[in-house]
Amino acid sequence: MNWRILSTHLILTIGAIFLTLPVWVAFASSTHTAETILREGLQLFPGGHFFENYNTVLFVEGGVMKKVTALQMTGNSLLLGLGFSIGKVVISMLAAYAIVYFRFRLAVPLFWVIFMTLLLPLEVRIIPSYKVVADLGLLDTQAGLIIPLIASATGTFFFRQFFRSVPDEILEAARLDNANAWRFFIDILVPLSKTMIAAILIIMFVVGWNQYLWPLIMTTKEENYTLVIGIKQIYQILNEGGELPQYQKAFALTILATLPPVLVVLVFQKWFVKGLVESEK
Amino acid sequence: MKRVQFEHSPIPYLFVAPQIIIIVVFFLWPAGQAIYQSFLLEDAFGLSSQFVWFKNYKDTVLNDAWLQSAGFTLFFSAIVTFLSLALALLLAVKANEVIHGASTYKTMLMWAYAIAPPVAGLMGNLMFNPLIGDMYQFMNATGMDFDHKLDGFDAGFVVILISVWKQVSVNFIFFLSGLQGIPKSVIEASTLDCKSSFRRFWTITFPLLAPTTFFLMVINITYAFFETFGIIDTTTQGAPGGATTTLVYKVFQDGFRGADLGGSSAQSVVLMLMVLALTVIQFRFIERKVHY
Repeated sequence: MNWRILSTHLILTIGAIFLTLPVWVAFASSTHTAETILREGLQLFPGGHFFENYNTVLFVEGGVMKKVTALQMTGNSLLLGLGFSIGKVVISMLAAYAIVYFRFRLAVPLFWVIFMTLLLPLEVRIIPSYKVVADLGLLDTQAGLIIPLIASATGTFFFRQFFRSVPDEILEAARLDNANAWRFFIDILVPLSKTMIAAILIIMFVVGWNQYLWPLIMTTKEENYTLVIGIKQIYQILNEGGELPQYQKAFALTILATLPPVLVVLVFQKWFVKGLVESEK
Repeated sequence: MKRVQFEHSPIPYLFVAPQIIIIVVFFLWPAGQAIYQSFLLEDAFGLSSQFVWFKNYKDTVLNDAWLQSAGFTLFFSAIVTFLSLALALLLAVKANEVIHGASTYKTMLMWAYAIAPPVAGLMGNLMFNPLIGDMYQFMNATGMDFDHKLDGFDAGFVVILISVWKQVSVNFIFFLSGLQGIPKSVIEASTLDCKSSFRRFWTITFPLLAPTTFFLMVINITYAFFETFGIIDTTTQGAPGGATTTLVYKVFQDGFRGADLGGSSAQSVVLMLMVLALTVIQFRFIERKVHY
Protein backbone atom coordinates (compact mmCIF):
# COMPACT_ATOMS: atom_id res chain seq x y z
CA MET A 1 0.00 0.00 0.00
CA ASN A 2 1.57 3.24 -0.97
CA TRP A 3 1.55 6.57 0.76
CA ARG A 4 -1.15 8.08 -1.43
CA ILE A 5 -3.70 5.37 -0.80
CA LEU A 6 -2.94 5.54 2.90
CA SER A 7 -3.58 9.28 3.06
CA THR A 8 -6.86 8.82 1.17
CA HIS A 9 -8.03 6.28 3.72
CA LEU A 10 -6.86 8.49 6.55
CA ILE A 11 -8.83 11.51 5.32
CA LEU A 12 -11.96 9.43 4.74
CA THR A 13 -11.68 7.82 8.16
CA ILE A 14 -11.31 11.17 9.90
CA GLY A 15 -14.31 12.47 7.94
CA ALA A 16 -16.40 9.44 8.88
CA ILE A 17 -15.44 9.79 12.54
CA PHE A 18 -16.22 13.51 12.50
CA LEU A 19 -19.70 12.81 11.14
CA THR A 20 -20.44 9.74 13.23
CA LEU A 21 -18.83 10.24 16.62
CA PRO A 22 -21.29 12.79 18.08
CA VAL A 23 -24.22 10.46 17.43
CA TRP A 24 -22.30 7.49 18.80
CA VAL A 25 -21.44 9.43 21.96
CA ALA A 26 -25.10 10.39 22.30
CA PHE A 27 -26.09 6.73 21.99
CA ALA A 28 -23.44 5.47 24.43
CA SER A 29 -24.37 8.15 26.95
CA SER A 30 -28.05 7.25 26.67
CA THR A 31 -27.28 3.84 28.19
CA HIS A 32 -25.77 5.15 31.43
CA THR A 33 -27.29 6.62 34.58
CA ALA A 34 -27.54 10.36 35.15
CA GLU A 35 -25.05 10.06 38.01
CA THR A 36 -22.40 8.42 35.82
CA ILE A 37 -22.74 11.08 33.14
CA LEU A 38 -22.56 13.89 35.65
CA ARG A 39 -19.53 12.36 37.41
CA GLU A 40 -17.55 11.16 34.40
CA GLY A 41 -18.86 13.25 31.53
CA LEU A 42 -20.01 11.92 28.15
CA GLN A 43 -19.51 8.23 27.51
CA LEU A 44 -17.69 6.52 24.66
CA PHE A 45 -18.85 3.00 25.49
CA PRO A 46 -22.39 1.75 26.08
CA GLY A 47 -23.36 1.08 29.69
CA GLY A 48 -25.78 -1.33 31.26
CA HIS A 49 -28.88 0.81 31.46
CA PHE A 50 -30.14 0.56 27.89
CA PHE A 51 -33.45 -1.16 28.62
CA GLU A 52 -34.16 0.79 31.76
CA ASN A 53 -33.56 4.20 30.15
CA TYR A 54 -35.40 3.54 26.91
CA ASN A 55 -38.23 1.89 28.77
CA THR A 56 -38.72 4.98 30.95
CA VAL A 57 -38.54 7.34 28.01
CA LEU A 58 -40.86 5.34 25.79
CA PHE A 59 -43.56 4.41 28.25
CA VAL A 60 -43.54 6.79 31.21
CA GLU A 61 -45.14 10.17 30.70
CA GLY A 62 -42.73 13.07 30.67
CA GLY A 63 -42.73 16.70 29.61
CA VAL A 64 -43.89 19.79 31.46
CA MET A 65 -47.39 18.51 32.06
CA LYS A 66 -46.30 14.88 32.28
CA LYS A 67 -48.77 14.07 29.58
CA VAL A 68 -46.77 12.53 26.79
CA THR A 69 -44.51 9.53 26.23
CA ALA A 70 -41.86 9.17 23.57
CA LEU A 71 -43.99 6.42 22.05
CA GLN A 72 -46.82 8.89 21.46
CA MET A 73 -44.40 11.43 20.07
CA THR A 74 -42.99 8.78 17.73
CA GLY A 75 -46.53 8.16 16.53
CA ASN A 76 -47.03 11.87 15.89
CA SER A 77 -43.73 12.08 14.05
CA LEU A 78 -44.62 9.08 11.88
CA LEU A 79 -47.97 10.64 11.04
CA LEU A 80 -46.29 13.88 10.08
CA GLY A 81 -43.59 12.14 8.04
CA LEU A 82 -46.03 9.89 6.19
CA GLY A 83 -48.77 12.49 5.79
CA PHE A 84 -46.27 15.02 4.51
CA SER A 85 -44.59 12.70 2.01
CA ILE A 86 -47.75 11.06 0.67
CA GLY A 87 -49.66 14.34 0.53
CA LYS A 88 -46.84 16.01 -1.29
CA VAL A 89 -46.51 13.24 -3.88
CA VAL A 90 -50.27 13.12 -4.58
CA ILE A 91 -50.74 16.87 -4.85
CA SER A 92 -47.66 17.54 -6.92
CA MET A 93 -48.25 14.61 -9.29
CA LEU A 94 -51.77 15.79 -10.03
CA ALA A 95 -50.65 19.37 -10.62
CA ALA A 96 -47.70 18.33 -12.78
CA TYR A 97 -49.98 16.06 -14.83
CA ALA A 98 -52.37 18.92 -15.54
CA ILE A 99 -49.57 21.27 -16.52
CA VAL A 100 -47.75 18.86 -18.82
CA TYR A 101 -50.59 16.94 -20.44
CA PHE A 102 -53.34 19.50 -20.91
CA ARG A 103 -53.74 22.60 -22.99
CA PHE A 104 -55.69 25.09 -20.89
CA ARG A 105 -55.81 28.81 -20.71
CA LEU A 106 -54.55 29.30 -17.17
CA ALA A 107 -51.69 26.80 -17.43
CA VAL A 108 -48.95 29.40 -17.52
CA PRO A 109 -50.26 31.71 -14.77
CA LEU A 110 -50.96 28.71 -12.53
CA PHE A 111 -47.47 27.43 -13.11
CA TRP A 112 -46.16 30.80 -11.90
CA VAL A 113 -48.37 30.65 -8.82
CA ILE A 114 -46.76 27.31 -7.97
CA PHE A 115 -43.36 28.78 -8.71
CA MET A 116 -44.04 31.62 -6.26
CA THR A 117 -43.91 29.20 -3.35
CA LEU A 118 -40.14 29.00 -3.85
CA LEU A 119 -39.98 32.67 -2.95
CA LEU A 120 -42.00 32.30 0.22
CA PRO A 121 -40.39 29.87 2.63
CA LEU A 122 -42.32 29.47 5.87
CA GLU A 123 -39.79 31.55 7.76
CA VAL A 124 -40.75 34.78 5.97
CA ARG A 125 -44.47 34.39 6.63
CA ILE A 126 -44.53 32.64 10.00
CA ILE A 127 -46.85 34.92 11.92
CA PRO A 128 -49.52 35.50 9.26
CA SER A 129 -49.48 31.74 8.46
CA TYR A 130 -50.05 30.99 12.11
CA LYS A 131 -52.94 33.45 12.09
CA VAL A 132 -54.58 31.83 9.06
CA VAL A 133 -54.38 28.38 10.63
CA ALA A 134 -55.70 29.74 13.92
CA ASP A 135 -58.60 31.47 12.15
CA LEU A 136 -59.50 28.24 10.38
CA GLY A 137 -59.57 26.51 13.78
CA LEU A 138 -56.80 24.12 12.74
CA LEU A 139 -54.32 24.69 15.59
CA ASP A 140 -53.30 21.43 17.26
CA THR A 141 -54.77 19.30 14.46
CA GLN A 142 -53.04 16.96 12.05
CA ALA A 143 -54.63 18.75 9.10
CA GLY A 144 -53.34 22.12 10.22
CA LEU A 145 -49.92 20.65 10.74
CA ILE A 146 -49.60 18.82 7.43
CA ILE A 147 -51.64 20.63 4.76
CA PRO A 148 -49.81 23.99 4.81
CA LEU A 149 -46.52 22.14 4.38
CA ILE A 150 -47.32 20.01 1.34
CA ALA A 151 -47.90 22.59 -1.35
CA SER A 152 -44.40 23.72 -2.23
CA ALA A 153 -43.08 23.76 -5.77
CA THR A 154 -40.21 21.26 -5.60
CA GLY A 155 -42.33 18.14 -5.96
CA THR A 156 -44.34 19.61 -8.82
CA PHE A 157 -41.18 20.63 -10.68
CA PHE A 158 -39.75 17.19 -10.18
CA PHE A 159 -42.75 15.37 -11.66
CA ARG A 160 -43.13 17.96 -14.41
CA GLN A 161 -39.57 17.26 -15.45
CA PHE A 162 -40.18 13.52 -15.38
CA PHE A 163 -43.50 13.61 -17.27
CA ARG A 164 -41.86 15.67 -20.01
CA SER A 165 -39.32 12.90 -20.52
CA VAL A 166 -42.07 10.32 -21.07
CA PRO A 167 -42.31 9.65 -24.84
CA ASP A 168 -45.29 11.24 -26.61
CA GLU A 169 -46.02 7.95 -28.37
CA ILE A 170 -47.36 6.53 -25.12
CA LEU A 171 -50.16 9.08 -24.98
CA GLU A 172 -50.87 8.60 -28.70
CA ALA A 173 -51.19 4.86 -28.18
CA ALA A 174 -53.39 5.32 -25.13
CA ARG A 175 -55.69 7.62 -27.09
CA LEU A 176 -56.04 5.08 -29.88
CA ASP A 177 -57.24 2.74 -27.18
CA ASN A 178 -59.73 5.39 -26.11
CA ALA A 179 -58.20 5.90 -22.67
CA ASN A 180 -59.57 8.99 -20.95
CA ALA A 181 -57.46 11.43 -18.94
CA TRP A 182 -58.01 9.71 -15.62
CA ARG A 183 -57.38 6.18 -16.96
CA PHE A 184 -54.19 7.33 -18.68
CA PHE A 185 -52.96 8.84 -15.43
CA ILE A 186 -53.77 5.88 -13.18
CA ASP A 187 -53.05 2.99 -15.54
CA ILE A 188 -50.05 4.31 -17.41
CA LEU A 189 -48.38 7.36 -15.92
CA VAL A 190 -48.42 6.30 -12.26
CA PRO A 191 -46.92 2.84 -12.94
CA LEU A 192 -44.28 4.48 -15.15
CA SER A 193 -43.33 6.84 -12.31
CA LYS A 194 -42.94 4.16 -9.66
CA THR A 195 -39.22 4.66 -9.06
CA MET A 196 -39.61 8.43 -9.03
CA ILE A 197 -42.46 8.17 -6.53
CA ALA A 198 -40.42 5.93 -4.25
CA ALA A 199 -37.43 8.27 -4.36
CA ILE A 200 -39.54 11.34 -3.56
CA LEU A 201 -41.42 9.52 -0.80
CA ILE A 202 -38.16 8.67 0.93
CA ILE A 203 -36.73 12.18 0.76
CA MET A 204 -39.99 13.75 1.84
CA PHE A 205 -40.47 11.35 4.73
CA VAL A 206 -37.13 12.51 6.13
CA VAL A 207 -37.96 16.16 5.49
CA GLY A 208 -41.40 15.77 7.09
CA TRP A 209 -40.12 13.89 10.13
CA ASN A 210 -37.50 16.60 10.65
CA GLN A 211 -39.90 19.56 10.51
CA TYR A 212 -39.27 21.93 13.39
CA LEU A 213 -40.47 25.52 13.14
CA TRP A 214 -44.01 24.80 11.95
CA PRO A 215 -44.86 22.09 14.51
CA LEU A 216 -43.22 24.25 17.18
CA ILE A 217 -45.66 27.12 16.70
CA MET A 218 -48.63 24.98 15.64
CA THR A 219 -48.86 22.57 18.54
CA THR A 220 -49.59 23.76 22.03
CA LYS A 221 -50.80 20.52 23.59
CA GLU A 222 -48.10 18.09 24.65
CA GLU A 223 -50.08 15.16 23.30
CA ASN A 224 -49.45 16.51 19.81
CA TYR A 225 -45.71 16.96 20.08
CA THR A 226 -43.49 15.28 17.54
CA LEU A 227 -40.18 13.85 18.72
CA VAL A 228 -38.17 16.64 17.13
CA ILE A 229 -39.97 19.38 19.07
CA GLY A 230 -40.63 17.16 22.09
CA ILE A 231 -36.98 16.63 22.87
CA LYS A 232 -36.38 20.35 22.96
CA GLN A 233 -39.11 20.97 25.49
CA ILE A 234 -38.05 18.08 27.67
CA TYR A 235 -34.45 19.14 27.42
CA GLN A 236 -35.37 22.61 28.66
CA ILE A 237 -37.06 21.16 31.71
CA LEU A 238 -34.02 19.03 32.40
CA ASN A 239 -31.93 22.17 32.41
CA GLU A 240 -34.22 24.15 34.65
CA GLY A 241 -35.18 21.52 37.20
CA GLY A 242 -33.53 21.68 40.61
CA GLU A 243 -32.94 17.95 40.86
CA LEU A 244 -30.25 15.95 39.10
CA PRO A 245 -30.51 16.66 35.35
CA GLN A 246 -31.65 13.53 33.54
CA TYR A 247 -29.09 13.70 30.74
CA GLN A 248 -29.50 10.04 29.84
CA LYS A 249 -33.16 10.69 28.98
CA ALA A 250 -32.27 13.66 26.80
CA PHE A 251 -29.79 11.47 24.93
CA ALA A 252 -32.24 8.61 24.59
CA LEU A 253 -34.84 10.95 23.10
CA THR A 254 -32.25 12.37 20.73
CA ILE A 255 -31.46 8.87 19.52
CA LEU A 256 -35.15 8.01 19.12
CA ALA A 257 -35.68 11.18 17.06
CA THR A 258 -32.70 10.31 14.87
CA LEU A 259 -33.25 6.60 14.33
CA PRO A 260 -36.25 6.36 11.95
CA PRO A 261 -35.05 8.87 9.32
CA VAL A 262 -31.53 7.43 9.49
CA LEU A 263 -32.88 3.91 8.98
CA VAL A 264 -34.95 5.05 6.02
CA VAL A 265 -31.92 6.68 4.43
CA LEU A 266 -29.67 3.67 5.06
CA VAL A 267 -32.14 1.04 3.88
CA PHE A 268 -33.18 2.91 0.74
CA GLN A 269 -29.82 4.51 0.09
CA LYS A 270 -29.91 4.14 -3.71
CA TRP A 271 -33.39 5.62 -4.13
CA PHE A 272 -32.64 8.27 -1.58
CA VAL A 273 -29.55 9.52 -3.44
CA LYS A 274 -31.44 9.43 -6.73
CA GLY A 275 -34.37 11.33 -5.28
CA LEU A 276 -32.17 13.93 -3.66
CA VAL A 277 -29.96 14.61 -6.66
CA GLU A 278 -32.83 14.61 -9.17
CA SER A 279 -35.35 16.62 -7.17
CA GLU A 280 -32.99 19.48 -6.46
CA LYS A 281 -32.03 20.00 -10.08
CA MET B 1 -44.51 21.40 -23.94
CA LYS B 2 -45.84 18.10 -25.07
CA ARG B 3 -46.59 17.75 -28.75
CA VAL B 4 -49.67 15.68 -27.98
CA GLN B 5 -52.01 16.83 -25.25
CA PHE B 6 -55.53 16.32 -24.08
CA GLU B 7 -57.97 18.92 -25.35
CA HIS B 8 -58.96 21.56 -22.89
CA SER B 9 -61.81 20.78 -20.58
CA PRO B 10 -62.50 21.38 -16.90
CA ILE B 11 -60.38 18.32 -16.02
CA PRO B 12 -56.98 20.04 -15.72
CA TYR B 13 -58.45 22.60 -13.33
CA LEU B 14 -59.58 19.78 -11.07
CA PHE B 15 -56.09 18.33 -11.08
CA VAL B 16 -54.29 21.54 -10.15
CA ALA B 17 -56.99 22.73 -7.76
CA PRO B 18 -55.69 21.07 -4.55
CA GLN B 19 -52.25 22.56 -4.89
CA ILE B 20 -53.46 26.00 -5.97
CA ILE B 21 -55.99 26.22 -3.14
CA ILE B 22 -53.37 25.36 -0.53
CA ILE B 23 -50.93 27.84 -2.04
CA VAL B 24 -53.45 30.66 -2.07
CA VAL B 25 -54.65 30.01 1.49
CA PHE B 26 -51.33 29.21 3.17
CA PHE B 27 -48.75 31.00 1.01
CA LEU B 28 -50.08 33.96 -0.94
CA TRP B 29 -52.61 35.17 1.60
CA PRO B 30 -50.16 35.11 4.57
CA ALA B 31 -47.43 36.69 2.44
CA GLY B 32 -49.86 39.44 1.43
CA GLN B 33 -50.74 39.88 5.10
CA ALA B 34 -47.07 40.22 5.98
CA ILE B 35 -46.63 42.95 3.37
CA TYR B 36 -49.81 44.72 4.53
CA GLN B 37 -48.84 44.45 8.22
CA SER B 38 -45.42 45.87 7.50
CA PHE B 39 -47.03 49.24 6.78
CA LEU B 40 -49.21 49.24 9.90
CA LEU B 41 -48.56 50.30 13.46
CA GLU B 42 -50.67 48.56 16.09
CA ASP B 43 -51.36 50.03 19.50
CA ALA B 44 -50.26 48.16 22.61
CA PHE B 45 -53.50 46.19 22.89
CA GLY B 46 -53.77 45.31 19.22
CA LEU B 47 -57.15 47.01 19.06
CA SER B 48 -56.49 49.63 16.45
CA SER B 49 -53.89 50.09 13.81
CA GLN B 50 -52.70 52.93 11.72
CA PHE B 51 -51.12 53.15 8.30
CA VAL B 52 -47.58 54.44 8.78
CA TRP B 53 -45.90 53.95 5.38
CA PHE B 54 -42.29 52.96 5.82
CA LYS B 55 -41.96 53.74 9.51
CA ASN B 56 -41.66 50.08 10.50
CA TYR B 57 -38.89 49.60 7.98
CA LYS B 58 -37.07 52.64 9.27
CA ASP B 59 -37.48 51.58 12.91
CA THR B 60 -36.75 47.86 12.73
CA VAL B 61 -34.63 47.35 9.67
CA LEU B 62 -32.41 50.37 9.94
CA ASN B 63 -31.46 49.99 13.57
CA ASP B 64 -28.37 48.61 15.25
CA ALA B 65 -29.84 45.28 16.32
CA TRP B 66 -30.99 44.47 12.79
CA LEU B 67 -27.74 45.57 11.21
CA GLN B 68 -25.78 43.49 13.72
CA SER B 69 -27.98 40.53 12.88
CA ALA B 70 -27.55 41.14 9.13
CA GLY B 71 -23.79 41.34 9.61
CA PHE B 72 -23.72 38.10 11.55
CA THR B 73 -25.98 36.38 8.99
CA LEU B 74 -23.66 37.31 6.10
CA PHE B 75 -20.52 36.29 7.97
CA PHE B 76 -22.14 33.10 9.21
CA SER B 77 -23.49 32.15 5.75
CA ALA B 78 -20.14 32.79 4.08
CA ILE B 79 -18.20 30.68 6.58
CA VAL B 80 -20.71 27.84 6.76
CA THR B 81 -21.00 27.70 2.96
CA PHE B 82 -17.26 27.76 2.40
CA LEU B 83 -16.32 25.25 5.11
CA SER B 84 -19.03 22.72 4.41
CA LEU B 85 -18.38 22.87 0.65
CA ALA B 86 -14.61 22.57 1.03
CA LEU B 87 -14.85 19.69 3.46
CA ALA B 88 -17.44 17.86 1.37
CA LEU B 89 -15.43 18.34 -1.82
CA LEU B 90 -12.30 16.92 -0.21
CA LEU B 91 -14.20 13.90 1.09
CA ALA B 92 -16.04 13.34 -2.20
CA VAL B 93 -12.81 13.42 -4.22
CA LYS B 94 -11.23 10.92 -1.86
CA ALA B 95 -14.31 8.70 -1.77
CA ASN B 96 -14.35 8.72 -5.57
CA GLU B 97 -10.70 7.60 -5.69
CA VAL B 98 -10.85 4.86 -3.11
CA ILE B 99 -11.44 1.28 -4.19
CA HIS B 100 -11.52 -0.72 -0.98
CA GLY B 101 -14.39 0.07 1.35
CA ALA B 102 -15.86 2.70 -0.96
CA SER B 103 -19.47 1.93 -0.13
CA THR B 104 -18.82 1.83 3.63
CA TYR B 105 -17.20 5.26 3.53
CA LYS B 106 -20.01 6.57 1.36
CA THR B 107 -22.66 5.37 3.80
CA MET B 108 -20.82 6.73 6.84
CA LEU B 109 -20.36 10.12 5.20
CA MET B 110 -23.91 10.59 3.94
CA TRP B 111 -26.17 9.27 6.67
CA ALA B 112 -25.98 12.41 8.80
CA TYR B 113 -28.26 13.95 6.15
CA ALA B 114 -31.17 12.30 7.96
CA ILE B 115 -30.57 14.16 11.23
CA ALA B 116 -32.80 17.16 11.83
CA PRO B 117 -30.98 20.47 12.40
CA PRO B 118 -32.57 20.97 15.84
CA VAL B 119 -31.54 17.44 16.86
CA ALA B 120 -27.99 18.17 15.70
CA GLY B 121 -28.20 21.41 17.67
CA LEU B 122 -29.29 19.59 20.80
CA MET B 123 -26.50 17.06 20.52
CA GLY B 124 -24.03 19.90 20.07
CA ASN B 125 -25.58 21.64 23.03
CA LEU B 126 -24.93 18.62 25.23
CA MET B 127 -21.37 18.23 23.89
CA PHE B 128 -20.72 21.85 24.88
CA ASN B 129 -22.54 21.58 28.20
CA PRO B 130 -20.26 23.10 30.88
CA LEU B 131 -21.02 20.26 33.32
CA ILE B 132 -20.67 17.18 31.14
CA GLY B 133 -19.57 18.33 27.69
CA ASP B 134 -16.23 17.01 26.49
CA MET B 135 -16.02 19.69 23.82
CA TYR B 136 -16.39 22.40 26.44
CA GLN B 137 -13.64 20.90 28.56
CA PHE B 138 -11.46 20.34 25.50
CA MET B 139 -11.76 23.97 24.39
CA ASN B 140 -10.82 25.16 27.85
CA ALA B 141 -7.98 22.64 28.15
CA THR B 142 -6.34 24.21 25.09
CA GLY B 143 -5.88 27.34 27.19
CA MET B 144 -8.70 29.37 25.71
CA ASP B 145 -11.10 31.00 28.07
CA PHE B 146 -14.00 29.34 26.30
CA ASP B 147 -17.53 30.20 27.32
CA HIS B 148 -20.21 30.18 24.65
CA LYS B 149 -22.86 31.36 27.09
CA LEU B 150 -21.09 34.66 27.67
CA ASP B 151 -18.75 35.22 24.76
CA GLY B 152 -20.26 36.11 21.38
CA PHE B 153 -17.32 34.80 19.40
CA ASP B 154 -17.38 31.43 21.17
CA ALA B 155 -21.14 31.18 20.69
CA GLY B 156 -20.63 31.86 16.98
CA PHE B 157 -18.02 29.12 16.88
CA VAL B 158 -20.45 26.57 18.36
CA VAL B 159 -23.25 27.48 15.95
CA ILE B 160 -20.92 27.41 12.94
CA LEU B 161 -19.40 24.06 13.91
CA ILE B 162 -22.80 22.39 14.27
CA SER B 163 -24.15 23.99 11.08
CA VAL B 164 -21.15 22.80 9.07
CA TRP B 165 -21.38 19.33 10.59
CA LYS B 166 -25.02 19.07 9.56
CA GLN B 167 -24.44 20.29 5.98
CA VAL B 168 -21.36 18.29 4.92
CA SER B 169 -23.40 15.18 4.04
CA VAL B 170 -25.71 16.86 1.53
CA ASN B 171 -22.80 18.54 -0.23
CA PHE B 172 -20.90 15.27 -0.21
CA ILE B 173 -23.75 13.44 -1.95
CA PHE B 174 -24.00 16.08 -4.69
CA PHE B 175 -20.25 16.37 -5.22
CA LEU B 176 -19.85 12.61 -5.41
CA SER B 177 -22.64 12.25 -7.97
CA GLY B 178 -21.08 15.15 -9.88
CA LEU B 179 -17.69 13.45 -9.86
CA GLN B 180 -19.18 10.18 -10.99
CA GLY B 181 -20.84 12.01 -13.86
CA ILE B 182 -17.50 13.04 -15.35
CA PRO B 183 -16.79 10.74 -18.32
CA LYS B 184 -14.04 8.17 -17.75
CA SER B 185 -12.43 9.11 -21.06
CA VAL B 186 -11.82 12.69 -19.90
CA ILE B 187 -10.13 11.45 -16.75
CA GLU B 188 -7.97 8.99 -18.68
CA ALA B 189 -6.95 11.62 -21.22
CA SER B 190 -5.95 14.03 -18.50
CA THR B 191 -3.92 11.34 -16.74
CA LEU B 192 -1.90 10.90 -19.92
CA ASP B 193 -1.30 14.64 -20.25
CA CYS B 194 -0.51 15.57 -16.70
CA LYS B 195 1.34 13.67 -14.01
CA SER B 196 0.49 15.79 -11.00
CA SER B 197 -2.86 14.72 -9.60
CA PHE B 198 -3.08 18.02 -7.74
CA ARG B 199 -2.86 20.04 -10.96
CA ARG B 200 -5.16 17.62 -12.74
CA PHE B 201 -7.79 18.27 -10.11
CA TRP B 202 -7.68 22.06 -10.35
CA THR B 203 -7.42 22.27 -14.15
CA ILE B 204 -9.77 19.46 -15.22
CA THR B 205 -11.97 18.08 -12.45
CA PHE B 206 -12.80 21.26 -10.56
CA PRO B 207 -13.91 23.25 -13.65
CA LEU B 208 -16.09 20.31 -14.67
CA LEU B 209 -17.68 20.41 -11.22
CA ALA B 210 -18.39 24.14 -11.48
CA PRO B 211 -22.13 23.72 -12.21
CA THR B 212 -22.52 21.47 -9.14
CA THR B 213 -20.49 23.87 -7.00
CA PHE B 214 -22.50 26.88 -8.05
CA PHE B 215 -25.79 25.11 -7.48
CA LEU B 216 -24.60 23.94 -4.06
CA MET B 217 -23.55 27.47 -3.15
CA VAL B 218 -27.12 28.66 -3.58
CA ILE B 219 -28.43 25.67 -1.63
CA ASN B 220 -25.94 26.28 1.18
CA ILE B 221 -26.64 29.99 1.45
CA THR B 222 -30.36 29.18 1.67
CA TYR B 223 -29.56 26.59 4.33
CA ALA B 224 -27.48 29.05 6.36
CA PHE B 225 -30.20 31.68 6.12
CA PHE B 226 -33.23 29.55 6.90
CA GLU B 227 -32.66 25.98 8.03
CA THR B 228 -30.13 26.83 10.72
CA PHE B 229 -33.09 28.19 12.67
CA GLY B 230 -33.41 24.83 14.42
CA ILE B 231 -29.73 24.79 15.35
CA ILE B 232 -29.75 28.30 16.77
CA ASP B 233 -33.00 27.73 18.65
CA THR B 234 -31.58 24.65 20.38
CA THR B 235 -28.14 26.04 21.21
CA THR B 236 -27.62 29.75 21.76
CA GLN B 237 -31.10 31.13 21.02
CA GLY B 238 -29.37 34.11 19.48
CA ALA B 239 -27.51 34.95 22.69
CA PRO B 240 -25.32 36.41 24.06
CA GLY B 241 -26.61 39.88 23.30
CA GLY B 242 -27.86 38.95 19.83
CA ALA B 243 -24.38 37.85 18.75
CA THR B 244 -25.72 34.71 17.05
CA THR B 245 -29.12 36.01 15.93
CA THR B 246 -29.64 35.40 12.23
CA LEU B 247 -32.23 37.47 10.37
CA VAL B 248 -34.70 34.60 10.36
CA TYR B 249 -34.28 34.04 14.05
CA LYS B 250 -34.89 37.73 14.63
CA VAL B 251 -38.17 37.66 12.69
CA PHE B 252 -39.29 34.81 14.95
CA GLN B 253 -38.07 36.50 18.14
CA ASP B 254 -39.60 39.90 17.41
CA GLY B 255 -42.86 38.45 16.12
CA PHE B 256 -43.54 35.69 18.64
CA ARG B 257 -41.61 36.64 21.73
CA GLY B 258 -41.75 40.42 21.28
CA ALA B 259 -45.23 40.54 19.68
CA ASP B 260 -44.05 43.35 17.40
CA LEU B 261 -46.19 42.52 14.37
CA GLY B 262 -45.36 45.50 12.19
CA GLY B 263 -41.63 45.28 12.80
CA SER B 264 -41.50 41.54 12.34
CA SER B 265 -43.49 41.84 9.09
CA ALA B 266 -41.18 44.54 7.76
CA GLN B 267 -38.25 42.20 8.40
CA SER B 268 -40.13 39.37 6.67
CA VAL B 269 -40.60 41.50 3.58
CA VAL B 270 -36.90 42.32 3.48
CA LEU B 271 -36.17 38.58 3.75
CA MET B 272 -38.59 37.87 0.89
CA LEU B 273 -36.61 40.27 -1.28
CA MET B 274 -33.41 38.43 -0.36
CA VAL B 275 -34.93 35.07 -1.29
CA LEU B 276 -36.11 36.61 -4.55
CA ALA B 277 -32.57 37.73 -5.33
CA LEU B 278 -31.18 34.28 -4.54
CA THR B 279 -33.80 32.59 -6.72
CA VAL B 280 -33.13 34.93 -9.65
CA ILE B 281 -29.42 34.14 -9.44
CA GLN B 282 -30.17 30.43 -9.28
CA PHE B 283 -32.43 30.49 -12.32
CA ARG B 284 -30.16 32.66 -14.40
CA PHE B 285 -27.54 30.07 -13.79
CA ILE B 286 -29.78 27.15 -14.67
CA GLU B 287 -30.75 28.84 -17.93
CA ARG B 288 -27.09 29.20 -18.74
CA LYS B 289 -26.49 25.57 -17.97
CA VAL B 290 -29.05 24.56 -20.59
CA HIS B 291 -26.92 26.13 -23.30
CA TYR B 292 -23.91 24.01 -22.51
